[in-house]
Amino acid sequence: MYYLDRHCVRKSASGDLSETKRGIQIRRPEESAHVSRGSLLLRMELRSNPEMLCVVRNALGQLAATLGFSDPECRAVVLAVDEAMTNIIRHAYRGDAEQPIEASFRRIHAQGDGKSGDALEIVLEDRGVTVNPKKLCGRALEDVKPGGLGLHFIRQSMDTVEFSRRKGRNQLRLVKILNVQEPRKGS
Amino acid sequence: MKIAARHLDMITIFDISGDIDLATSPELRKALLRELRELKIPRVVLNLGAVRYIDSSGVASLVEGLKASRDVGSRLILFGLNRTVREVLQLSKLVKIFEICEDEAQSVAP
Repeated sequence: MYYLDRHCVRKSASGDLSETKRGIQIRRPEESAHVSRGSLLLRMELRSNPEMLCVVRNALGQLAATLGFSDPECRAVVLAVDEAMTNIIRHAYRGDAEQPIEASFRRIHAQGDGKSGDALEIVLEDRGVTVNPKKLCGRALEDVKPGGLGLHFIRQSMDTVEFSRRKGRNQLRLVKILNVQEPRKGS
Repeated sequence: MKIAARHLDMITIFDISGDIDLATSPELRKALLRELRELKIPRVVLNLGAVRYIDSSGVASLVEGLKASRDVGSRLILFGLNRTVREVLQLSKLVKIFEICEDEAQSVAP
């Protein structure tokens, strides 16, 4: 198990990679137990084909808007999930377009970074190679070079980012807490 | 994603529309590197006004194009950045490294 912070990953005894948006808050699986499982909103089983990314983006954008996220928040959530799936395709499956990815979306109650409330929980699972912690470090943003931005985008976009490896599967759990506002009418 | 090329003197203008992501960014990268490294076009302009979405792979393609332009002494100019594109470039902290113009007229001006 590894713990992740802004610039490195530290190995721990329990197995998960975990961080919150603003820092190095480490959340073990048992510490997340206060989060209710919530209600399943959507579940998708996909192939690791890059052509599927736009399908997920469109569905997720609609879902986030329906839940009441603002337009910038919707874009942030969509970007984070797109980048996470891109990482699965490129790194866990090494470009093989026929491997399974499961995505589930739940409405939960969550807390973190001094705020709490309804939230969107997204769990992505794949059966690819074990996540290499060194590849989770991203890169220093001052380096002007292609690549390495995806994890930075995910971190910046979500309130909670947790990686784990269980029973031969990589699991990425993302949480975005909903700022209080009325759901859009007619959505 | 669609890329339409226009040529104006020694300037190539790419009108790009749609989504730039893992599936489509290789096409953008290829088009940029062809103009810059192979054809050595002195100025390549990207009209991003109709881009609905760009992710890190798209940004990486732009960075590769920028590096190629610097290598060969050309200019890579972006214009028509909408909110979505601008947000992602700002999030990448790379927005300052690109030459960004307000509109096409400015981007092709001598």
